[in-house]
Amino acid sequence: MTLRLKNQGLYETRYEHDACGIGAVVNINGKRDHSIIEYGKEILINLRHRGAAGADEATGDGAGILFQIPHEYFAVECEMLGFSLPEPGQYGVGMVFGSKDGDIRKACDGVLESAVTHYGLKILGWREVPSSNDCLGEIALAAEPSIRQIFVDGNGLKNGSLERKLYLARKRSERLVAEKVGEKGEDFYVTSLSCSTIVYKGMFMAWQLFAYYPDLADERVKSALAIVHQRYSTNTFPNWRLAQPFRCIAHNGELNTLSGNRNAMRAREKKMASEVFGDDITELFPILTPQASDSACFDSALELLVRSGRSMPHAMMMMIPEAFGPKYHISTDKRAFYEYHSAIMEPWDGPAAMVFSDGRLLGGTLDRNGLRPCRYLVTTDGLAIIASETGVVEFPPEKIRTKGRLQPGRMLLVDTIEGRIISDNEIKSKIARQRPYRRWLDENRIELRGLFDTPKLVKSDPRTIAQRMRAFGYTREELKMILTPMAVNGQEPVGSMGNDTPLAVLSDKPKLLFDYFKQLFAQVTNPAIDPLREGLVMSLMVFAGKKQNILDESPRHCRQLKLPHPILSNEDIERLRAVSRDDFKVATISALFDADTEKPAEALRRGLDSLIDSAEKAIKDGASLLIISDRNISQTKAPIPSLLATAAVHHGMLNRGLRNEAGLIVESGEPREIMHFCLLCGYGANAINPFLAFESLDELHRQGELPADMEPIQIADNYIAAIKKGILKTMSKMGISTLRSYTGAQLFEAIGLNRTVVDEYFTGTSSRIGGIGLAEIAQEALARHTSGFQQRPSGVLQLDFGGEYHFRHSGQRHLWNPTTVSRLQHAVQNNDAEAYADYAKAVNEQAKTLCTLRGLFEFVSGEAVDIEEVEPASEIVKRFCTGAMSHGSISKEAHECIAIAMNRLGSMSNTGEGGEDPERYTQEANGDSKNCAIKQIASARFGVTLNYLAHAHQLQIKIAQGAKPGEGGQLPGHKVTEEIARLRYSTPGVTLISPPPHHDIYSIEDLAQLIYDLKCGNPGVTVSVKLVAEVGVGTVAAGVAKGNADEVLISGHDGGTGASPLSSIKHTGCPWELGLAETQQVLVMNNLRDRIRVQVDGQLKTGRDVVVGALLGAERFGFGTAALVTLGCTLLRKCHEGACPFGIGTQDPELRRRFAGKPEYLQRFMYFVAEEVRQLMAKLGFRKFEDMVGRVDKLQMNRAIDHYKAKGLDFSAIFCQPDISDGRAVRCVKAQPNKLEDHIDWEILKQAQPALERKEKTVIEMPIHNTNRTIGTILSNRIVSKYGPAGLPEGTVKIVLHGSAGQSFGAFLAPGVTLRLIGGSNDYLGKGLSGGRIVVSVPEGSPFIAHENIIVGNTLLYGATSGEVFINGVAGERFAVRNSGAIAVVEGVGDHGCEYMTGGTVVVLGKTGCNFAAGMSGGIAYVLDEMQLFDTMCNLDMVELESVWQEHDKELLRDLIGRHLKWTASARAKYILDAWPDMIGKFVKVVPIDYRKALQKMRAAEQRDTETTPATEEVFS
Amino acid sequence: MGEVKGFIKYKRQDVGHRQVEKRVHDFNEFDLPLTPDAIRQQAARCMDCGIPFCHGVGCPLNNLIPDINELVYKDQWEQACQMLHATNNFPEITGRVCPAPCESACTLSINDEPVLIRHIEFQIVERGFEHGWIKPMPAPEKTGKRIAIIGSGPAGLAAAQQLARAGHDVVIFEKDERVGGMLRYGIPDFKLEKRIIGRRLDQLAAEGVEFETGVEVGKDISARYLHKMFDCVCLAMGARQPRDLAVTGRGYENILFAMDYLTAQNKLCSDEPIEQAKVVTAKDKVVAVIGGGDTGSDCVGTARRQGAKKIYQFEILPKPPENRSPDTPWPMWPRVMRTSTSVEEGCERRWSIMTKKFSGYETRVGRLHACEVEWIEKNGGWKIKELPGTNFVLDVDLVILALGFLHVEHEGLVGDLGLQLDEKGSVTVNECQTSVPWVFAAGDTVSGASWVATAINSGRGAAAAIDKWLRH
Repeated sequence: MTLRLKNQGLYETRYEHDACGIGAVVNINGKRDHSIIEYGKEILINLRHRGAAGADEATGDGAGILFQIPHEYFAVECEMLGFSLPEPGQYGVGMVFGSKDGDIRKACDGVLESAVTHYGLKILGWREVPSSNDCLGEIALAAEPSIRQIFVDGNGLKNGSLERKLYLARKRSERLVAEKVGEKGEDFYVTSLSCSTIVYKGMFMAWQLFAYYPDLADERVKSALAIVHQRYSTNTFPNWRLAQPFRCIAHNGELNTLSGNRNAMRAREKKMASEVFGDDITELFPILTPQASDSACFDSALELLVRSGRSMPHAMMMMIPEAFGPKYHISTDKRAFYEYHSAIMEPWDGPAAMVFSDGRLLGGTLDRNGLRPCRYLVTTDGLAIIASETGVVEFPPEKIRTKGRLQPGRMLLVDTIEGRIISDNEIKSKIARQRPYRRWLDENRIELRGLFDTPKLVKSDPRTIAQRMRAFGYTREELKMILTPMAVNGQEPVGSMGNDTPLAVLSDKPKLLFDYFKQLFAQVTNPAIDPLREGLVMSLMVFAGKKQNILDESPRHCRQLKLPHPILSNEDIERLRAVSRDDFKVATISALFDADTEKPAEALRRGLDSLIDSAEKAIKDGASLLIISDRNISQTKAPIPSLLATAAVHHGMLNRGLRNEAGLIVESGEPREIMHFCLLCGYGANAINPFLAFESLDELHRQGELPADMEPIQIADNYIAAIKKGILKTMSKMGISTLRSYTGAQLFEAIGLNRTVVDEYFTGTSSRIGGIGLAEIAQEALARHTSGFQQRPSGVLQLDFGGEYHFRHSGQRHLWNPTTVSRLQHAVQNNDAEAYADYAKAVNEQAKTLCTLRGLFEFVSGEAVDIEEVEPASEIVKRFCTGAMSHGSISKEAHECIAIAMNRLGSMSNTGEGGEDPERYTQEANGDSKNCAIKQIASARFGVTLNYLAHAHQLQIKIAQGAKPGEGGQLPGHKVTEEIARLRYSTPGVTLISPPPHHDIYSIEDLAQLIYDLKCGNPGVTVSVKLVAEVGVGTVAAGVAKGNADEVLISGHDGGTGASPLSSIKHTGCPWELGLAETQQVLVMNNLRDRIRVQVDGQLKTGRDVVVGALLGAERFGFGTAALVTLGCTLLRKCHEGACPFGIGTQDPELRRRFAGKPEYLQRFMYFVAEEVRQLMAKLGFRKFEDMVGRVDKLQMNRAIDHYKAKGLDFSAIFCQPDISDGRAVRCVKAQPNKLEDHIDWEILKQAQPALERKEKTVIEMPIHNTNRTIGTILSNRIVSKYGPAGLPEGTVKIVLHGSAGQSFGAFLAPGVTLRLIGGSNDYLGKGLSGGRIVVSVPEGSPFIAHENIIVGNTLLYGATSGEVFINGVAGERFAVRNSGAIAVVEGVGDHGCEYMTGGTVVVLGKTGCNFAAGMSGGIAYVLDEMQLFDTMCNLDMVELESVWQEHDKELLRDLIGRHLKWTASARAKYILDAWPDMIGKFVKVVPIDYRKALQKMRAAEQRDTETTPATEEVFS
Repeated sequence: MGEVKGFIKYKRQDVGHRQVEKRVHDFNEFDLPLTPDAIRQQAARCMDCGIPFCHGVGCPLNNLIPDINELVYKDQWEQACQMLHATNNFPEITGRVCPAPCESACTLSINDEPVLIRHIEFQIVERGFEHGWIKPMPAPEKTGKRIAIIGSGPAGLAAAQQLARAGHDVVIFEKDERVGGMLRYGIPDFKLEKRIIGRRLDQLAAEGVEFETGVEVGKDISARYLHKMFDCVCLAMGARQPRDLAVTGRGYENILFAMDYLTAQNKLCSDEPIEQAKVVTAKDKVVAVIGGGDTGSDCVGTARRQGAKKIYQFEILPKPPENRSPDTPWPMWPRVMRTSTSVEEGCERRWSIMTKKFSGYETRVGRLHACEVEWIEKNGGWKIKELPGTNFVLDVDLVILALGFLHVEHEGLVGDLGLQLDEKGSVTVNECQTSVPWVFAAGDTVSGASWVATAINSGRGAAAAIDKWLRH
């Protein structure tokens, strides 16, 4: 029985994620053999660490295999069953899951049979698939379906035409089973029904697949190709159908744009027509099964495109186009192909490694970002293996012809009939020229020359502008803090210290509808993209207009308006409105409603209805662009909130099947900040004209608020540039590269909107706590309208201040306000419990002045206990920790003060992302310790050395931070003092960049790998993972629990920060109350809560906050802002300026002297909070804190609140307790299983004893496999624990390993250890390298040329701080990413080499991919540039290129290549050295610009040794 | 904001004064305004705090101080002037006489010198008058409602201006001959020249405010009459009941209340007619000012200018600490040792002094008998204890009692209306409305004696409450 996931509490099934390992094997010549299946098995088993097991540790998340129909075998089997099979290709086989209940199964099978016969095919018979379920885990067993195969005669049809009929039959049966059998039929699932391939799959761990299906072991089962898949999902719910492969593909990754793709597919159905299907086409609808996973939907869409006539590679190119921006060298025809198809279909965007097959072709492709590993290998006897890892099948070296990897956006195809591998270039150029796409585009695409040139002067009427600004809710603060910085700098404004204002639904002020939405962002299960350094893959280009039949291709398909970006100036829109051509008409529809009304809700509804009707009418009159406009507001007409208008038209047209008939353009006075534009695009707008924003800028300029020397054109340009950057950034947070797939993807969560509004206008958006409806939306719109059109009394300012960002007396409420800050400081400075009580009261009593969701909670009183019996405060404070604040974001003084205070309490402080001075590991004379118990591992890995890991009690992987989840950050050069630079292994004065993703976490299985690495780096340490609350965070937390983390931290959206874009502070993530409750619910539902602790943080201020957190399921609590306030912070919100007058958020020595905080202050605060907790515990009747955890029954909603907006809220989903009747735990009661037990290092350690004990030289030799991960790290930990960070003397331990190394080979390797790998390695080699040496060389006897073959994987040397690496071959993408000190020689690298590098030296003796040195701020790279084209591959934003002419450069280079030769016997090195005088001229030296300046300054300063000025002052002046 | 780290780059530059020797010979103002460049630097010190305590807790009017500072820094004086007037009707007055609680609440005052907020305000408004930016802003539409305001001090004037701008007809009744109340008669010219009041009154008049001076409501016209002629009334007659000193010898005729003493000099300065009998001068006299507050200081400065031989100032409370004491932590208005400009001009100040009696000849006081005291905390309150052996006697020619004010005068209008009073004797209000629905009250009448800024704010509040009530 399928135990289907159901939405309950805060949990929603659609946020489930999965990731996995994939593989494929093919005999290039098409020779069918059973060995192919065996290879498939080997691949799967060797990828098992990429899958995961459920709560019972025995149920896998799913595994499966796709291969060619084994005719020989089935023929015999069927004969035995009493029927004969026709010739191969003339019959189809279906693999059918069904109910265990015979009657239901029969009913479903009957439907399938009649569907088959409906299309004129003949049922030959059924076969029970032999299975042996004694290998299954309990959970999988409970869900096991009956599995049968159906054999269908093509009745004369064969191959393609038979395949189509089978496809129709399957789709028809799926629809009819749902209709006729209903819910009972949900076990019915056809894994495949085809005349060429078959899929065996189920809820297995890798090995179980083969144990379960004896068929697969039968020697007669032969195939020329196979695709295998191993799944890692975020839940533990059994569901056999979620296993992969699907009918055409196996996918590793996640499609972030799914909801947009779904809607777009639905919109296309109306116009779909195909000769091959004729009238039957409607049988295929819906093309995408509702609620199916992203991969399943992709498979369905691909299947449609293929069955209707496109080739599989062609369809793949449409759905996962490679990046074709100006920075890519690609042919004009190919670029035209992609552009043409972008007018037809949006990319299915997200990390994706796909393998696909139609039975003849087998291929693999990677998305444009290449964020999933995909390696291939071709043997001399015609076998090709594609897999997530190398080494999954072992071959002797002499049998390997080539080794490679799929590059971003590239495809590898094997044609088993032609018997050859077809290269990416060949496939694509052939497809790109099969039609005259380029000519079609040139002749049809509409660009209206000049239309999108630089915007011209905007006319605004200064007399009425204030009126209009008020009517659209503008405040003075927005002009000052949002629009002005955008216009002046072309950048989104930055702020600090988080958010402490109420949610829109709790605010007394009329809020824009935009404010009721929160951006979603990628965390863990897929990576964010770096929109700055890796922006070349991104695109804002959109096509708007009438869309044509997707199953067809014609010149008319691209008869659309092409926009380079979605922002239209006021002039643009006027020009556009004036367009009138027969085949391209523009209509303006009015988004207004009656202002003069007693019943606002009805007036608004009438307005919306009329808006949708006029849209329909305009389309029927032939418009291909609709302009939704609120320009004509008046005394009697108020604007419909632009988001509501847009979403209403978008969904209205979708529902009426008209969405593809016209593009939507929004002309509104309302949008002005980045979030607004993102929302409008996300809910369907193709382009936006923010007319009032432009007018306001004009007005500001007129009033002299903007620099007088700025041209109005420049102002508008800057503003547009800022929006563009902001949209790119918002898309990148979700891991989306193109606006085309972001449009309509609805990647938002609503907070405070009721179900009716959401279902009707924002269909498909999560809104979990109810809230306001149309009536309140109208009321708020009218309040703005009234304020706009009512005469203001004399002397009153034309615009209200606002107070959303900075406190103002009459503005928005803030929880941090003069009272709370000053009372808290008084309390801790004077140990004044009364002042603390005042403070806590001011924060806690939100009954009148709502600020947070928890403010609306009420405790359910229980039987009180005497406070004397309650656990002492000294125990409670141990559950407290401080937030991750780096030394860098705050001063040394503040950072150490916090550490001392927390250590005195036995609580934990957190290093933040900035490393830590090893001096702090030594105890102070007075017994204090400055060593932070929690050490953070963030994306830039600053200061993350083996020694750092070894001194932690807990290691925290920061996936996201509350103030800016999904974003990177940077520490500007002027803050990088000598001290900071030392701790972060960088150069003083040089800007440091933290990329948005961890470059070793692109998926959940990658996270599990990093956890594994860290545990190797300090066996016994606990690992926590920091997530930010958003809808779906619970499922991510479940994945984290399955990844062996010991703790998960749920941060609220409002957390503080040193610097973050304001749109991120305000609009991303959700309150921790929601995230925590969801996490607790999902962990309990999956029975995973017992093994993982939960921590919460985000604007925690009082004991009441702690108790609410505990009842919702948290065991530990983090304080950030409050801790800083106790040390003197008064929330100037100027951290990003580095001008903190209290010496906290600054590195300026003069200001640091002002730091007046004392550890005692923070200690007192923690005790005050703990005492408040005790009082509440006594009142609620809890003696032990742990008894309180997860007791959500003790919370209820405060019903007494009568706030016109808050009264619509419904917290029942938050207070939902999953079924725990089986006695499962609701808090952590046991440790995670120890996954280090079978680590190969234990064996190495045994053999390395002489070295460890006596520093004797030791050589160890052993074979290894790709399943041996993180080799050398435990050994290194033992060395550093014993000998300190300096490790062992050079050359003490030498370990020679033969074979393919698993991921993270030599991570954090210590000095004195040399790992010599003969073979190849997977991703993350040398991660965090801490002084050791890694050598990788090809085995003797390999026939291939080393420097043309991939020998190691992606993301090498990530965060390496010292040591050296020699690689006799080519490395994958992101080589030496964020390297800060290691030396590396390699013979070629993929894209993004040396990205974000801050130090060290890299020598590349061969080709590089594109975007080399992006974000590189330090270190040096030497690249052999034989073709003299390196400058076209290099990202020159931050670096300069020069030839190698200085003697010391030449010497260094020669020395390094010499050592490379010595260690690896590289033929390449030898060749270069032999021709040294000729070769040296071909090297290019890559030097970061700032780095060079800083080095020069330092050198100059060193020379002036009589000068008293320290070098650093020179540097950052 | 101004400049990042502007507060480090520029030090606070306080307003200069004319030299003491020169300024004590006249009653003119003596501040020496900063140059425009210097002002811009001072504005650059403002950090535009996320929580501006100056605006949030310091300024009783909640002036938009960070925004104003920024505008000044950006040289946008006219907009600054407009923004200043959005919360403060009379910045030219607060810019001169406000004790600037904003500055003691300034974040910088925690470990540095606060931003020069008050003087920036002064400069803005003076520039505003100079450039003609401060124009009458008559209401676009009239409501036809009539409101009587009793008293023309800062609260009454602010209420009047706000109500007139909201379109109501406003009449101010003032018992004195000229408009201004405490501003005109309480504050000496050297702190606030009376022409300053005049130019503002012109604006009020142009906005439609009518003035009835020399009319004491309750005496010259009755409350009943007011009720009949007006839709409502706003009491803003201050808290004129002075605290007295009940000791032997209080009855001598050269023992004056500060307000009487200051009023006389103010009238002289303005050439107002005054009974000769009420003119008391300190010329060549030994003067004792009892009371160490602002009013006391004003008396010291006045006596100095009148040519006193010697001036003493006695305060019964102990000497405040040099720095902020923990019982008034930042951002509160601190109890701290302050030295006014008047004290600088020459005066012997003593603290913890209790006056025990006066003695003299016939009707005139000749000696002041006093002793030192200490303050002892007892049951949560403070008690005075005489210090034995500290009695002293001082020859004095003139004694001025500046012991503060108790509450609104109860005789007359307040009594006639039968208004409810609180335990301190002030008029009780709920959102500015008294126990008699058509009577509102504002300023010191409600709060007891307080700052000018508080009074203006209260007047604005009352105006808003009245406007709402009238439109209701």
